[in-house]
Amino acid sequence: MLTKLANPSTFLRWSGALLPWLAGLTVATLGIGLWMAWFVAPADYQQGETIRIMYIHVPAAWLALFLYAMMSASAIGTLVWRHPLADVSQKAAAPIGAAFTLVCLITGALWGKPMWGTYWVWDARLTSVLVLFLVYAGIIALWRTIEDPSRAARAVAILTLVGALNLPIVKFSVDWWNTLHQPASVFRMDGPTIYPTMLYPLLVMALGVTFLALTMHMYAMRTEVYRRRVRTLSILEAERLDERRLAA
Amino acid sequence: MSAFLALVRRDLKLSARVGGSGWLGLVFFLMIVTLVPFGLGPDLNLLSRIGPAILWIGAVLATLIGLDRLFQADEEDGSLDLMTASPLPLELVVLAKVIAHWLTTGLPLALAAPLFGLLVALDGVGMAAVSVTLLVGTPALTFIGAVGAALTATIRRGGLILAILVLPLMIPTLIFGVSAANAARGGDIPFGTPLMILAAITLVTAVVGTVGAALALRQGE
Repeated sequence: MLTKLANPSTFLRWSGALLPWLAGLTVATLGIGLWMAWFVAPADYQQGETIRIMYIHVPAAWLALFLYAMMSASAIGTLVWRHPLADVSQKAAAPIGAAFTLVCLITGALWGKPMWGTYWVWDARLTSVLVLFLVYAGIIALWRTIEDPSRAARAVAILTLVGALNLPIVKFSVDWWNTLHQPASVFRMDGPTIYPTMLYPLLVMALGVTFLALTMHMYAMRTEVYRRRVRTLSILEAERLDERRLAA
Repeated sequence: MSAFLALVRRDLKLSARVGGSGWLGLVFFLMIVTLVPFGLGPDLNLLSRIGPAILWIGAVLATLIGLDRLFQADEEDGSLDLMTASPLPLELVVLAKVIAHWLTTGLPLALAAPLFGLLVALDGVGMAAVSVTLLVGTPALTFIGAVGAALTATIRRGGLILAILVLPLMIPTLIFGVSAANAARGGDIPFGTPLMILAAITLVTAVVGTVGAALALRQGE
């Protein structure tokens, strides 16, 4: 069943049918989420209106990690099953993940200025996200260096998995190195410490941004499948022209 | 085992002879230690305070010297194919080459650190601490670098991309190397704690580095 769905031509067919629905779902949840973040959620008694940056910042941080996880899963698919669609999924996820990481860094800086009085501090979480961004940049750079797509996919897969092993170590070492950021406040053993009036808009926004990422990922995968077809067709065309010239 | 040792010996000879980069790492290390005071000013108190950090950053950057040729040179002249075809597992081939590379870059840095420590006004304890941490930590840098070197073995001008790939992964080693060296000079943290974590990082990267680099070399064919 899965192998059948993962055939590139079959994938183009079912993803083409699914994409408008996914996009519609994204627009709906993002719309509701933004409306809740702007008008339903109260301003914070300490942070005022700047608290609304959170509704972009936190989902972006989640997505930065989520897309890395998705890339790692695809990397395993590339190395174990050598499936072309896993290559495509890996490649499509990298720039989207990097973009969310950048969004997280920029919104964090904009939020940090009024709250901490500075755009950037060398605090543990900020630094980990910056390292994550650097790892994404390295992965994209490696994609752009190796010309043959399936060889590039295997090289990037190894780098992605080594990075996946290393990122928790980076997180741990950076925590050791310095900490100033507030501790996690949504996922905790004793339940969320954030008020429900702020939690629900945040969850809706997180859902909306996740749908946005999935839509973009699927769209990028389709583009990549087409790009590979164009590449194969142009190679075949060049070979055909070559043969014809030799024959003449 | 004899094939393993022969490979280590071969790489050591290659790095010592014409075209090898045996001592370049050490010279580059000296360059960085010399450059920093020109940027910061000759204030010995400041230099002494950040001395371990200067030496460690120098070590991280010096590890990159010659790293891009670790597998590439063998890739180009075909000896890598012979090594792949030999009965010696590719993981051990990688390990032999990494050991040879470390003996020519990491070990000289650790041994020269006390000497270079004089330039940044480190005291005896500081010099010893930097030497010990470099001895424990630089193998991790080489193992991480080996994965990058294997990934970029077939890329022309892979040196720059290699640095971009491996430097973020070297951050934990740098953090614990410097914090162990600083802990030895006083403070709340005992010297042993960060040193143990540094040793753990070295052991973990020894596994991930050899297996990862061998996998990358196989996939790159």
